[in-house]
Amino acid sequence: MKTFLSLLLLTLGTATNAEEIRATGDLGLVVERARGSLLVIDQSDRAAIGRIDGLGDLSHASLVYSPDERFAYVFGRDGGLSKVDIVEGKVSARVLQAGNSIGGAISDDGSLVAVSNYEPGGVRVFNADTLEMLADIPTASKTIGLVDAPGRRFVFTTWDDGETWIADFSKSGAPEITTIPEMGANPYDALITGDGRTYITGLFGEDGLTALDLWNEAPQPIRILQGYGRGKEDLPVYKMPHLEGWAKAGDEFVLPAVGHHEVLWIDAATLAETGRTDTYGQPVFAMARPDGRHVWVNFAHPLNDTIQVIDTMTKEVIHEFKPGPAVLHMEFTPRGHEVWISVRDAGKVMIYDTQSFEKLREIEADSPSGIFFTARAHRTGL
Amino acid sequence: MRSVAVFLASATLAHADEPPDSSRLSHLVHQDCGSCHGLTLKGGLGPDIRPEALSHYDAEILADVVLDGIPGTAMPPWRPSMSEAEARWIAEYLLTGYAP
Ligand code: HEC
Repeated sequence: MKTFLSLLLLTLGTATNAEEIRATGDLGLVVERARGSLLVIDQSDRAAIGRIDGLGDLSHASLVYSPDERFAYVFGRDGGLSKVDIVEGKVSARVLQAGNSIGGAISDDGSLVAVSNYEPGGVRVFNADTLEMLADIPTASKTIGLVDAPGRRFVFTTWDDGETWIADFSKSGAPEITTIPEMGANPYDALITGDGRTYITGLFGEDGLTALDLWNEAPQPIRILQGYGRGKEDLPVYKMPHLEGWAKAGDEFVLPAVGHHEVLWIDAATLAETGRTDTYGQPVFAMARPDGRHVWVNFAHPLNDTIQVIDTMTKEVIHEFKPGPAVLHMEFTPRGHEVWISVRDAGKVMIYDTQSFEKLREIEADSPSGIFFTARAHRTGL
Repeated sequence: MRSVAVFLASATLAHADEPPDSSRLSHLVHQDCGSCHGLTLKGGLGPDIRPEALSHYDAEILADVVLDGIPGTAMPPWRPSMSEAEARWIAEYLLTGYAP
């Protein structure tokens, strides 16, 4: 930050021009999937303040932030890894690192960026400054659920053969790899808790989830909610749910079921089931508001016009509304007073007050999907 | 669950004897099939379903794959939310790359 300031002062040659200095702490980026651009948003102004183009195929794209909240690393579906400078509003580096990628993560120290790939399957790790490739970790399978873990580690899981891999970059040179087999049939996504201790992967191929306690020297699969759909007909799944680090609500984790219209609650300490809530459709995201008091849920096609809000204390739906066609993502402000929602087919990001549920503002966006506030920079697993 | 069933039934009824709506269906293919097969259909969790990749299919069978899904895999059946005419439209669209 210091060098940036003095550079600005030099070029301006005058006293600080407040308008030229842009603090990034309340900014964010919205993925505009069809157009391949990012909309720069300002939380405090509830406004879009710019657009960054030229990012390739951004369907299903996600991003992570550098520790100084100046750069975003964007993982595109076409295998593109782009480093975006939010302050300057431009793409500062870009590599096409694989044929088909699905997400990424940044190491706890901010020095490594990892990308998870479908084609060819595996994870590639890059220098966060230069985007030079430092490690290639091929797997025989599509990889999912890539997250960062404390101690300069990355954790990810394979869809086809159900193994979790831990890649430890704490020593210089090649990473140390630990593989944990028998995580279950077709893991579709995973999350790591904010403390970096528990890694939970959801299974598509069977009713259940599998957890790992990363504080263990040799973590073993812990099966949770096994057979949760027993006795109930499996419904078609038109979109895989997402697991993200927003699952902790009070003393419980809240997780989407697969093939059933419900969210599942487990005790965060024992991982035993504590309840279920019937929902309107197949949940895609079940996201706890940062204080954990409410959980907001959106749904898969064709019921993706609706959001339900569940009270964590009673596990009952206390509010339901229809923001518009194709609600793809929700992002809370860091303290949870507002939620920003992308409504793809309405071409809008909608902002709601999370206490009164009142709509505060709409922002035009071109097929918006993921919304990411820079405060994610400081959270493990985001 | 009841509300879903009603919703799906009415959605199918509404389309039963109308000609398929091209813009709605091509949107569905890229956006909703695209959530697994990629926005450009070149593959994701599901395989590449662009014309070259599907050239061994005839339209009738492809329409059935869409309607019934592929049991035991993540490819879901679409029959609950689309008519046979719509599935046939999608099959032609996938095979040729153009709206029929
Ligand atoms: C929830 C994820 C998902 C969605 C949504 C989805 N598919 Fe699939 N699809 C798959 C998977 C996974 C396979 C591969 C199944 C297998 O292992 O054989 C597949 C296979 C197929 C195949 C067979 C490909 C081949 O080479 O034989 C076709 C055709 C297809 N899908 C079309 C569609 C269409 C059209 C839609 C939208 C109407 C759609 N899919 C939506 C997951 C999905």
